[in-house]
Amino acid sequence: MNITWYIVLSSLLFATGVLGILLRRSPLVILLCLELMLNAGNLALVAFSRMVGNEQGQVFAVIVMVIAACEVVVGLGLIVAIFRRRLPLNVDDLRELRG
Amino acid sequence: MTGTAWAWLVLLFPLLGSIVIALGYKALPQKAAGMIGTAAIGLSFACGIAALISLLGEDADARHHASSLWDYASVAGLDIKLGIYLDQLSIFMVLVVTGVSTLIHLYSYGYMQSDEGYHRFFSYLNFFVFSMLLLVLAGNFVLLIVGWAFVGFASYALISFWYRRETATRAGMKAFVINVVGDIGLVLAAFLIFRELGSFDYGTVFERAPEVFSVNEWSVTAICLLLLVGAFAKSAQLPLHTWLPDAMEGPTPVSSLIHAATMVTAGVYLIARTHVLFALAPTAADISAFVGLATLLVAATIALVMTDLKRAIAYSTMSQIGYMVVGVSIGAYGAGMFHLMTHAFFKALLFMAAGSIIAAMANEQNIDRMGGFAKAMRFTSVTMLCGGLALAAFPLTSGFFSKDEILAYAGARGGMYLIFVVLGYFGAFLTAIYTFRLIFRVLQGEPCAEARELIETGHVAHEAPKNPATGEPEDTDVGFPGPEHHIAETSAPMRVAMGVLAFLALVGGLVQVPGVDNVISDFLDPAFEGPVLSHVHPSIEWDWIGLAIGGIISLAGIWAAHWLYVANPERPRALEQRFQALHDFLFHKWYFDEAIDLLVVRPALAIGRFANRTFERFVVDGLVTGTEETVRSAGGIVSRAQNGFVRSYALLLIAGFAGLALYFLLSSS
Repeated sequence: MNITWYIVLSSLLFATGVLGILLRRSPLVILLCLELMLNAGNLALVAFSRMVGNEQGQVFAVIVMVIAACEVVVGLGLIVAIFRRRLPLNVDDLRELRG
Repeated sequence: MTGTAWAWLVLLFPLLGSIVIALGYKALPQKAAGMIGTAAIGLSFACGIAALISLLGEDADARHHASSLWDYASVAGLDIKLGIYLDQLSIFMVLVVTGVSTLIHLYSYGYMQSDEGYHRFFSYLNFFVFSMLLLVLAGNFVLLIVGWAFVGFASYALISFWYRRETATRAGMKAFVINVVGDIGLVLAAFLIFRELGSFDYGTVFERAPEVFSVNEWSVTAICLLLLVGAFAKSAQLPLHTWLPDAMEGPTPVSSLIHAATMVTAGVYLIARTHVLFALAPTAADISAFVGLATLLVAATIALVMTDLKRAIAYSTMSQIGYMVVGVSIGAYGAGMFHLMTHAFFKALLFMAAGSIIAAMANEQNIDRMGGFAKAMRFTSVTMLCGGLALAAFPLTSGFFSKDEILAYAGARGGMYLIFVVLGYFGAFLTAIYTFRLIFRVLQGEPCAEARELIETGHVAHEAPKNPATGEPEDTDVGFPGPEHHIAETSAPMRVAMGVLAFLALVGGLVQVPGVDNVISDFLDPAFEGPVLSHVHPSIEWDWIGLAIGGIISLAGIWAAHWLYVANPERPRALEQRFQALHDFLFHKWYFDEAIDLLVVRPALAIGRFANRTFERFVVDGLVTGTEETVRSAGGIVSRAQNGFVRSYALLLIAGFAGLALYFLLSSS
């Protein structure tokens, strides 16, 4: 099977994630979109790994998953904390760190 | 033990004394501090004698030794050792310094007893003697500069000893600043010497100098002139002399030790020490001689009208150092050093006597208020008379032989140097007048209130202490100056010190009587070998003719003083009124302070003010605030990107990565 399809799918997924991050305001959705981007990357890694014929790409994909899990833990934790303090769940309103 | 080992001990004792007294000021009783201080200098003197004996055991030509403890700095061509140079000249200075210092320590032991700062005083005093010995024993120019600067500091500390007196702290600063001017001259001279000769070591420098320099070459002249700046600042020669009269704000033993007998002669020693260089630069030597001559005349005329007892003696010191500078600058090294020695005796003595009288006057120093102490204070009067006779070069006293020897040498060189003879004798005439003016005004005449109290009750007058310079009342609770100083009549150590010096002032000249013996010159002469300014020597007949003229002039001066101040007490006042302008001119010390103020201090202040107002405000401040503004505005631009919108950060990030990816894609294809 041609690698192109995989890459196209991966690019579409990545673009969806980017657009989601840039357009949506809910932190939860942004987190989801981040996951989407990571998985797009994973897909590309695995596809190339198959094409080349060694397993290093797959190992990288597993590591990326671990990192994604960690990131979700932190991200969700933050979102829960924001929710508990009854702050608006809107990244455009959370801009106390502006310079 | 070798001579140099003894010389190291000479240095060690005063340093130890200073440290022990300084660290133990709480534990040591007051008297112990004075005893330790005096004993340290006494031991140092004894070691000096031992070093002299060891030198005398050698051939006259072999009496010079260098010794070093360790290398100070030895890098690429530079070898500075912590080394001393022991020869006839340095051992002579060591003996004069330690000998007179021992007696002055003894005097201070009695004199300063009511002062609270007794420990501090002796610690400073010992430190001063250490610095002075370091200066005269130094084996290279670097160590000489170290000693030179230490001496300057010690002088500053001792002038400002009574630091509650504003006049004293100001005088200390003045002395320090002018001394630093001299230090700069000396340091620059040392740089030039190193550049031209490649060494700081005395032995090497004086060996190479005649090979490298031709006579009157500009570089050796420059070196000598810079050395003279140092020497003149230290020895209070024109125009760097204004600190010396002000330095009389210090306690009287300080005036006696530093500003009469030892430190102020350092310049004379420096010229004598570098005689090889001066022999190669006769022009510089002549300049030095003329400055010495000018100083001796100017100071003598000022001393004629000074009403402050200590300041008058200080001007006399300047004048006498003028003679020494003339001596060592025209090549009469032995005579110059001989005069240095006798001057140390009689001038220290005069200051001691003055201190005793000032103590009896409850710190009053104005001679217009004094009188009649001859009856009130027998011992002080007699010793003061001895010192005065020696200073006025009364026949057969020590000053008689030493001063005339310098002038006889000048006469023997002839030509232009005859000016020195004529004006030197004129200076001697003035010396006799001002010396006996002081003696007649203080000792003779109607007893003043304090003297009468001393005669009638035997007690020293106690008045509310006040600053002799400004008349402000002084706080004696802190104890400096102490509520009273001792007078020689009530203090045995003071009597011993003054008695010994009076004896030396009277007979000290007999070691060098023309045609009879020549102890000092014979001993010192091998140290002045090598290139010399002139080979002439006055014949013994001319020596005696000079002595006769000197004796007559001295007697004439004393007679003139008697005619002026005793025969008719109204005569000085009449003269003052008749020559009002001249008197004002002399009384204001030739307006030297005002001139320096106008020419140096005010321009310096103006430059400082200009720098503060213009340069500092606009250039320096502009640079600093300009930098700050630039950073701040640049930061403002960058901080606008930090708008707090997470999504805009994400956009920037993604755009950045996309840009990078695009770049690599485009550049790889």
